[in-house]
Amino acid sequence: MVTTAPPPLSTGGFLRWSWRQLTSMRTSLILLFALAVVSIPGSILPQRGTNPILVDEWIEDAPTWGPILDSLGFFDVYAAPWFAAVYLLLFISLIGCVIPRAGVHWAALRTQPPPAPRYLTRFPGTIEWADPRSESEVLAAARDALKGWRIRAEDGALSAERGFLKETGNLIFHIALVGVLIGVALGGLFGWRGNVIVREGNGFSNTLTQFDAWGGGRLTGDMALAPFSFTLTDFRVEFSREEAQRGSPTLFQAEVSYQESPQAAPVREVIEVNYPLEADGAKVFLVGHGYAPHFIVRDASGAVLFDDSVPFLPQDGSFTSTGVLKVPDASPQLGFTALFLPTTAVDDIRGPHSTFPEADDPSVFLSAWKGDLGLDGGVPQSVYTLTTEGMEQIGLEALVPGQTWEFPEGSIEFTGFDRWASFQIAHDPGKEVTLITAILAMIGLILTLSVRRRRIWVKMESLPDGRTLVQVAGIAREDGGDATREIAHAARSLGAPAELIPEEDE
Amino acid sequence: MNGLAEASSAFIYASMAALTVAMIAFAVAFSGKRSAVPVTIPAGDVALLERPAPAPGRRASNIGMSVTWLATALLFIGVVLRGLWADRVPWGNMYEFSITSALGILLVFLIWSTRRDLRWLGLFVVIAALLTLGLAITVLYTEAAQLVPALKSYWLIIHVSAAIVCAGAFTVGAGTASLSLIRSRVESKNGGQVTGWLTNVPSTERLRTLTNRVLAFAFPLWTFAVIAGAIWAENAWGRYWGWDPKETWAFITWVLYAAYLHARSTAGWRGNVASWIAILGWISFLINYFGVNIFVNSLHSYAGV
Repeated sequence: MVTTAPPPLSTGGFLRWSWRQLTSMRTSLILLFALAVVSIPGSILPQRGTNPILVDEWIEDAPTWGPILDSLGFFDVYAAPWFAAVYLLLFISLIGCVIPRAGVHWAALRTQPPPAPRYLTRFPGTIEWADPRSESEVLAAARDALKGWRIRAEDGALSAERGFLKETGNLIFHIALVGVLIGVALGGLFGWRGNVIVREGNGFSNTLTQFDAWGGGRLTGDMALAPFSFTLTDFRVEFSREEAQRGSPTLFQAEVSYQESPQAAPVREVIEVNYPLEADGAKVFLVGHGYAPHFIVRDASGAVLFDDSVPFLPQDGSFTSTGVLKVPDASPQLGFTALFLPTTAVDDIRGPHSTFPEADDPSVFLSAWKGDLGLDGGVPQSVYTLTTEGMEQIGLEALVPGQTWEFPEGSIEFTGFDRWASFQIAHDPGKEVTLITAILAMIGLILTLSVRRRRIWVKMESLPDGRTLVQVAGIAREDGGDATREIAHAARSLGAPAELIPEEDE
Repeated sequence: MNGLAEASSAFIYASMAALTVAMIAFAVAFSGKRSAVPVTIPAGDVALLERPAPAPGRRASNIGMSVTWLATALLFIGVVLRGLWADRVPWGNMYEFSITSALGILLVFLIWSTRRDLRWLGLFVVIAALLTLGLAITVLYTEAAQLVPALKSYWLIIHVSAAIVCAGAFTVGAGTASLSLIRSRVESKNGGQVTGWLTNVPSTERLRTLTNRVLAFAFPLWTFAVIAGAIWAENAWGRYWGWDPKETWAFITWVLYAAYLHARSTAGWRGNVASWIAILGWISFLINYFGVNIFVNSLHSYAGV
């Protein structure tokens, strides 16, 4: 049990004392609390893993606290050393607790139940009667009645025990939790996840350079990527027009032409939310979508400098989308920042915005810039932002599909739009381990929480008149020692007079 | 089709009316003192425990139980009609989850009450169900709509129905835990004696055992709900666990109930400390349901407030 004595002075003694403290139930309880508490900040503060942009905004808005919290790992709680410290201590405590218990349980499984106590009548609920059968007949009947129990019979007494599955389940549960941790660690070390935006008609092949964002485990090599590829042939999306949920999506569907390897024949596949594509050990998930307006930019002489669709990022549920167009081949270089509105509305407060996600009345609002795009500075730039330092604004214009805006340096035509879909491609080699051990843990839990540990004793004593005095008693390890039900059951199947057996009162 | 929606609401209002009657009946029963004293009759070498005869003060709680059954039946019809109207499982948004959870609370209580006498718990359960329904119909009410694509999965049935039953069991467990704390406090003040309505509830130790029973049932089920959610998340979002606020609070709830079970087998903690942890676990469940859905930006927040 728990040692509360102060640590002895020797190092060995101190270590032993620390180990005993760490593996005590009280410590694991405190660690469980600590785990609950340290999990909370991650649900309140934005996290780098899920929302890096929000994290940066948060730190910008709180110049004092932001950097302090950041350096303490509060924006990446579940990877923070203090979070790891808590769960690792908890798992060490768990292992230190489970291993000795497993040994004890193993030994207990192979020993007989202890002999029956001498006087059964001191136990509450003991049932006693004189039976017309002989002692050996009663003993045989008792063995029959207690089928499935572990039995020790000697000297006119029989002790029976059951409920070992309770501790077995307990051990399975705790050991399986270690398995869950191993599965999670495998995924973290060897798994990978990448995100990519693909426009309709365009393709993706599974190599590192094609991803817009990539997160690999510490031990994931490039070799881990299977050589599959796919082309987004069609993307369908529908939104509700009913008043109650106007604008909420009712259908996302990406139709792709999938090739398992460059040599393989293309196969038509449909990817939907909840229905990912299984691609050679990885899974391709549909996670988002948006519009990609198509532009043609010409110089003053009419020569085409740019002719492509550009993915715009949705900013709200009605798909008011922003994007940037860079034309480095123009001279001077041209840049455009733009709003794409699938259903156009303009008001004084919000300015130009979209009122419905479907392209009912599409338009773009453009701001044109000329000068140096800054692409040659060697500093990596985002394709979604335009650095307007060193540029001069040409003007503003709104266009609907088919319209062209002419300005002194050239022209821009808004020809229409494509859709794009964003995919998350993930490979997690640990997830099967996690799933199997999690299910084992649940089975262990059900066993340990439903099985009851009970001991039943039957004593027999031959009376002078040839009858046998039978006593049935028992004790439980749970429910405050109350084994009334088991005693009643054993006594009934042993043939005790019905009036002696208490009614079940549950 | 709107006829179904109106009928559903009508049944839910009727159920709330019945629950109010049940609440009053249980309250009346609580205010009366227990008059029956258990009598032991010595019968030779056999000691038989005779059950106390039903006392007149118990009539009110019997009425409460009957009306609770009626209210549950009405609510069940209301929930089914809502599902028929929406043409899917009736837990596609917070309103629907709430009315179905209220049904869960009542069903856990009623099914358990067929196995043992739980009339003393009725007041608590009925109040919890009434509050849930009241909140649902006043604040959370939304028209039924088609599910967003992310919810179109059979895991919606498996994952959410397990969570609904857990909502019921956690609530009932929090009720018995609270009663055990109240009773224990009064006992320690009055030298082990209780008076007034507290004489109607079981002993502190019995209440603790009952809390343990219901939570030992709920905890594996909650584990299952979390695992089912993780499988679904893996299918929908590409990872089985991503520390989304909903997942985080489900984890916190799980850890707290695990702590409760550990406390139950730790000397010195198995009494009031364990009861407090059971209540904390329930609060964390509520935070996960209301707090995360309403205040936090979570992947789960599409569930239409």
